Amino acid sequence: MIRLKVNGVEHSFDGDPMMPLLWYLRDELALTGTKFGCGVSLCGACVVHLNGKAIRSCVTPMRQLENAEVTTIEGLSVKGPHPVQRAWMQFKVPQCGYCQSGQIMSAVALLSSNRSPSDEQIDEAMSGNICRCGTYQRIRAAIKAAAKESA
Amino acid sequence: MNTVDNVSRRGFLKGMLSTGALILSVHLLPEPAGAGEKISGGSTHADRATLHPSAFVGVDTDGTVYIVAHRSEMGTGIRTSLPLVVADELDADWKLVKVEQAIGDWRYGGQDTDGSHSIRDFFDVMREAGGTARLMLIEAAAAQWKVPPGQCETGLHEVVHRPTGRKLGYGALAAAASRLPVPRKEALRLKRKSQWRYIGKGHPSYDLTALCTGKAVYGMDARMDGMVYAAVMHPPVLGGTVKSYDDKEALKVRGVRQVVPIAPFKPPHAFQPLGGLAVIADNTWAAFQGRKKLNVVWDNGPNATYNSAQYKKALFETARAPAKVARNAGDVEAEFKKGGRVLEAEYYIPHLAHAPMEPPVAVAEFRGGTVTAWTCTQNPQAVQDIVAEQLKIPRENVICHVTLLGGGFGRKSKPDYVAEAAVLSKKVGRPVKVVWSREDDIKFGYYHTVSAMYMKAALDANGKPAAWLQRSVFPPIGSTFELGDRYGSAGELGQGWTDIPYDIPNLRIENGPAQAHVRIGWLRSVANIYHAFAVQSFSDELAHAAGRDPVDYLLELIGPPRILDLKGIDYPNCGAPYTAYPIDTGRLRRVIELAAAKSGWGKHKLGKGRGMGIAVHRSFVTYVATVVEVEVDERGKITIPHVHTAVDAGLVANPEFARAQFEGAAVFGASLARTGEITATNGVIDQSNFYDYPVALMRDAPRRTDVYLVDSDAPPGGIGEPGVPPFVPALCNAVFAATGKRIRELPLSKHQLT
Ligand code: FES
Ligand code: FES
Repeated sequence: MIRLKVNGVEHSFDGDPMMPLLWYLRDELALTGTKFGCGVSLCGACVVHLNGKAIRSCVTPMRQLENAEVTTIEGLSVKGPHPVQRAWMQFKVPQCGYCQSGQIMSAVALLSSNRSPSDEQIDEAMSGNICRCGTYQRIRAAIKAAAKESA
Repeated sequence: MNTVDNVSRRGFLKGMLSTGALILSVHLLPEPAGAGEKISGGSTHADRATLHPSAFVGVDTDGTVYIVAHRSEMGTGIRTSLPLVVADELDADWKLVKVEQAIGDWRYGGQDTDGSHSIRDFFDVMREAGGTARLMLIEAAAAQWKVPPGQCETGLHEVVHRPTGRKLGYGALAAAASRLPVPRKEALRLKRKSQWRYIGKGHPSYDLTALCTGKAVYGMDARMDGMVYAAVMHPPVLGGTVKSYDDKEALKVRGVRQVVPIAPFKPPHAFQPLGGLAVIADNTWAAFQGRKKLNVVWDNGPNATYNSAQYKKALFETARAPAKVARNAGDVEAEFKKGGRVLEAEYYIPHLAHAPMEPPVAVAEFRGGTVTAWTCTQNPQAVQDIVAEQLKIPRENVICHVTLLGGGFGRKSKPDYVAEAAVLSKKVGRPVKVVWSREDDIKFGYYHTVSAMYMKAALDANGKPAAWLQRSVFPPIGSTFELGDRYGSAGELGQGWTDIPYDIPNLRIENGPAQAHVRIGWLRSVANIYHAFAVQSFSDELAHAAGRDPVDYLLELIGPPRILDLKGIDYPNCGAPYTAYPIDTGRLRRVIELAAAKSGWGKHKLGKGRGMGIAVHRSFVTYVATVVEVEVDERGKITIPHVHTAVDAGLVANPEFARAQFEGAAVFGASLARTGEITATNGVIDQSNFYDYPVALMRDAPRRTDVYLVDSDAPPGGIGEPGVPPFVPALCNAVFAATGKRIRELPLSKHQLT
């Protein structure tokens, strides 16, 4: 039995301990804001925060999550949109939007460790998140705006 | 009912093929509601609203306006931009509008959201839907005030009596308006352009908040009560079948319930399931794990001979020999024999996969002779057709709900995955959610074709082509629907090949045969990708050979402003009537001049390793010129600091979405040009995920794309696709300017640029 907190709520899991967190969130908890894009840590669609750090839920097995605190996109905006989400809206970032949960979670993690990232640092931090629709330039602009706002 | 019903299925598909997308647009418009006739049997909020003069709009007594989005939302913004047109003509307050997504239903007209024609075909339909409701509300108010309707107009969500300033809100008028006859189209008083509130203003997406908070529902997120999950092991080679299998280990996986065979398709494959074995489980992970444990012996069938390296050689050989003539003027051969300066070049683009961020996925339930499906589809009507055919039930018994799509790019026009879910649901007696992994998506796509183009030109004394021959060879999309189809359709050839807009006296355009061995499908921009690559790269080669500036040379190739005369050529024009949407070389020239001016073309010296390239292309009746700047470092690594794209798309319903599409097209183009390559070995696709089929990451994408929209009163063209075709040759021309290396074969990752 694995106990963990997801968005502040206690859960216990007694399924296959090798099951990645992604599928637990999506199929068992119906928290579908976290997306499946590749399953092998290449696209970033599944990024969530584990104890405040960005991780890829598609390759994080449940057995590593005893006592973990997980935050998903749904947990990011319980008290209204996060500044990063507001910036996303201001720059009308999403096209299809499918990658954007992961993009936002990566951006939030970046800004929590670096309050005013340079272009290169943004590229570095965000180049694990694929956007097939090609919204990168708006993502970069939104991250900068969010950084300014919280500075 | 809709006239498509009267066209045979084969005829319909043929029509579809002739553009690589859709052509029967004239058949695809909804029947107008007859005067006084109410749509019945509907199931939307719009239908149930008090006032519902058309299938697209309803007004309730509380003032809520329901607008039906009947096209699929995959990122272009169509689910917002068409309803905004209705809202505009209705003078509705967008805050009081609820957009609802239509199920698959021919009463809306065609719903196949591809071919960049949603606005082109439905702009007027939406205006009329809004204008009809507005006129009825005006007439209801006038009757209540006992004044002539001519004295009334609308403000925001209300009718105003001009002389007295009296006002009545839409909610208060809905009941009275609903008792009036639906006015005829001729009676409508549509707004003038200057009165538009929303059209052309760049309103944000209706779903913006949901898209930024994880609340948007995609096919991947759809659930039905009691559903189980399925992963399908497809035959590794197209047309392969299961010889024998052992599922003992698979069934031991925790959460796996059963293993179910899916019958092989009957050729031609079209949208049928590929066949294979489905692992049914309690969750997606268990289904994937169980599938790994299956032991299958396959009969790979005849396509196991498909090897990309050999196939490429054969394509080039075909491309070098005279082939079927699609357009001919003058006598190119006579000109080539004159012994002037003759240049030849061959170009090649490999297969590509769509790789939408959300892989194909569908949940379906078969119950009591009816199928209910929830899925990310570009074409819910094709879902109805294929599911009905597979399960031998009437089309009306297939209810297809459309979720948001996590990207489509043409892949999700082909509903094989939805058919899988329906077929499996019937077999297991529960709702089944079929989830394709990324590996499924890359290995079992409807690939963009593989193409070889042979080009030859004779230059006159001034360096201008006196003769131009171009020949393309590619397995056509038609092979998906007709066995043994080997030549490009008029639609495919009409995408940047037969419609080459150059002013050249001796011109010959040919197409050679090629046999398909994988499923060929349409991918964003379709045949324009390889045709524009060859034409625009070769144009740049000739400019350099003639010692001319590429922009000036391009303008000279196009010649004076005129309407291109394509009489006698089978040219479907992407389903748009040629009279309303002719090829206007003046518009082509304008976008070239605009892109050149905005990019500062020729104005400053670029340093070592830097270069600019230009290309122009009209597709989906939109004119686009793109200038790409590149930097190539000492190790041959490319970066793309800046892209300038000038666009004449006629009237643009939502410039914000248009800009986003052209920004995205530059990234899509960068992906395919830099690393896009799908190959086969013994019929098996070699690639499987983003490590061997990479797409552009933030650091590979253009750093900045500026989009310049030409203010135009021409009727609306497309925006989703036309950005990709010119980007690719503009990038390669820029690479040539920066390095002196001419790129004739994609992807760029195959070339050493130092
Ligand atoms: S789904 Fe986890 S990185 Fe792609
Ligand atoms: S917005 Fe579609 S994948 Fe990023």
